[in-house]
Amino acid sequence: MNDDTKQKNRKLVRNLVLIAVGMFGFGYVLVPIYDVFCDITGLNGKTASVAAAETAREVDESREVTVEFVTSLNQAAPMAFRAETYKMKVHPGQYYTVNFYAENLTDKPMIARAIPSITPGQAAEFFTKTQCFCFDEQSFEAHESKTMPVRFVVDPKLPEKYKTITLAYTFFDNTELTAKKQK
Amino acid sequence: MSAVVAEHDDHHDHHDHGPEKGLLRWIITTNHKDIGTLYLVFALAMFFLGGAMALVIRAELFEPGLQFVEPQFFNSMTTMHALIMVFGAVMPAFVGLANWMIPLMIGAPDMALPRMNNMSFWLLVAGALLLASTLFMEGGAPASGWTLYPPLVLQTGAALPFAIFSVHLLGISSIMGAINIIATIFNMRAPGMTLMKMPLFVWTWLITAFLLIAIMPVFAGAVTMLLTDRFFDTSFFDAAGGGDPVLYQHIFWFFGHPEVYVMILPTFGVASTIIPVFARKPLFGYSSMVYATASIAFLSFIVWAHHMFTVGMPVAGELYFMYATMLIAIPTGVKVFNWTATMWKGSMTFETPMLFSIAFVVLFTMGGFTGLMMSVAPSDFQYHDTYFIVAHFHYTLVPASIFILMAAAYFWLPKWTGNMYDEKLGQLHFWLSAISVNVLFFPQHFLGLAGMPRRIPDYAVQFADWNMVSSIGAFVFGFSQLLFLYIVIKTIRGGTGEEVTSEVWEDASKHSLEWTLPSPLPYHTFTTPPKEIPTEHF
Repeated sequence: MNDDTKQKNRKLVRNLVLIAVGMFGFGYVLVPIYDVFCDITGLNGKTASVAAAETAREVDESREVTVEFVTSLNQAAPMAFRAETYKMKVHPGQYYTVNFYAENLTDKPMIARAIPSITPGQAAEFFTKTQCFCFDEQSFEAHESKTMPVRFVVDPKLPEKYKTITLAYTFFDNTELTAKKQK
Repeated sequence: MSAVVAEHDDHHDHHDHGPEKGLLRWIITTNHKDIGTLYLVFALAMFFLGGAMALVIRAELFEPGLQFVEPQFFNSMTTMHALIMVFGAVMPAFVGLANWMIPLMIGAPDMALPRMNNMSFWLLVAGALLLASTLFMEGGAPASGWTLYPPLVLQTGAALPFAIFSVHLLGISSIMGAINIIATIFNMRAPGMTLMKMPLFVWTWLITAFLLIAIMPVFAGAVTMLLTDRFFDTSFFDAAGGGDPVLYQHIFWFFGHPEVYVMILPTFGVASTIIPVFARKPLFGYSSMVYATASIAFLSFIVWAHHMFTVGMPVAGELYFMYATMLIAIPTGVKVFNWTATMWKGSMTFETPMLFSIAFVVLFTMGGFTGLMMSVAPSDFQYHDTYFIVAHFHYTLVPASIFILMAAAYFWLPKWTGNMYDEKLGQLHFWLSAISVNVLFFPQHFLGLAGMPRRIPDYAVQFADWNMVSSIGAFVFGFSQLLFLYIVIKTIRGGTGEEVTSEVWEDASKHSLEWTLPSPLPYHTFTTPPKEIPTEHF
């Protein structure tokens, strides 16, 4: 192998290594890209993580949309968790409140977090919450139970094809994670 | 130092020594033929290890009910079988062939970066041993399936960080191998060997190497996120902390779909090398083969979510990924028709390498068609995670990649060793494999369509008959491969005693450069570049 080839090899290897390192970074860049993409398209049914202001809206009395409530627990969460009703019929534009009930079943204090999800995902941007226990972590004393209201409105701009919206909450026991983060 | 002196030095270097004596030769070697052999031997060993795991799975599924292993161990077997076959057997086997054949086919004296070549092999061994060692750890080997989906994979016991580091090592090894291959192909070609005169095996490997450099770091990133999620309180994939487990699936399949083409593109290359020799015709449509390979590689990056149709996606997304996936059938079809056209009106003979290659064309096409069935998003809801998908990808890997690796071994062993393999035993090996592989995998289509889920150690009794047939096929196929081991060892030790010409196969030297060299190949070849480039493959 002569010097010329060695020179060419060195240059090529440097470039290829740069591509490999770049692609490692690209894997990480996919994380914010995914979040932004989901935010725009509503792909993963995530709802806003902060409360919206309650503004008066035009109520569409002629239209009814069914809103269903699903509650579930991540397997590690020792809690009881349910909604006071499984479904309700709502008029777009009108504000409704529905109560959720959660209880810590352990003898120790617990910090838990509820993660919301909307199905179908694309309806998420038309579903607004002005009050929700999911905006913050919830702390429970031993065996404490709470009744937590969720206040929401369905945007009248919701496309006609959506007749039913399902709002699902999963409670995660975050006691350990929060303790670690506070250290 | 002037270039002339440097050249002289090098020349001197290459002629002065043969292989080192003793075992140390294999540890410190930088010779592309030695490293190629190491890769191939290692891949064969891993093939038997991964195969043994497959037989554990098929033994457990021979009858309904739990017979031999715990469900957790069963899941470890499906996971480890896949990881070992993909990263330990098929990929290293093709890297081994690349090491052996690419310098010979392009008229280069060795790989461009011989020392890195040695390092990438030994990193592979380290990575594979680390992976295999997880079998003996507390909590068992990873049991989440080879896709390592969170949150399930995060429940792995002590093995998780070891499995993740082994993926890192295997990834670094593949990237180094890929860089070496690209550097060799770009900078080491003999004068006159233009890109469009390269044998197709070289072309397919060039494209595969670029795929590897693009995807292995992404996979390394994904498993690193798993690692930090588990041990350093990040929440990439943890919904409780604001992450999303579905994100992992997107990142994984961004790697995973091109990854399956990493295993099939070099397969296409070897098939395109062998078929023309035994059809005694030039390869039909050389340039269309090159462009088809490049198109498949490009398409592999934009279809990943077809693995996730049932995860939940807007209709527009399902439609896009469905049509994009169907597009892949076009360049793949071009290839299948080109192989068929190459054989058309050829003066064909049916030695063992050709038999395996023809079986590849037929059976790979079947695997491709079932893939097309699953690309249809609405139908995929029925096939998803059933034995139908298991049948599909095993048809594209076992009677395709594995058969072509067998064909390559029979094709080039006489060249490498200077000894002829036993043709009768070779054909026996072929027929045993070709029949048993279909007994093994064809019934899995029926099981999948009837709704039998994959990765579960037990099943409903209505699936009993075809599972039994499939398991019988598995054991016949598995033990037939011991015959292959015997044939290879026998060939290395002298074979049939027949004299092997430099061409080995009739007129092979018209197709590719390696057949212009003596058999067995001397330790150093093409220290001076070849004068003429064969042009028959146009």
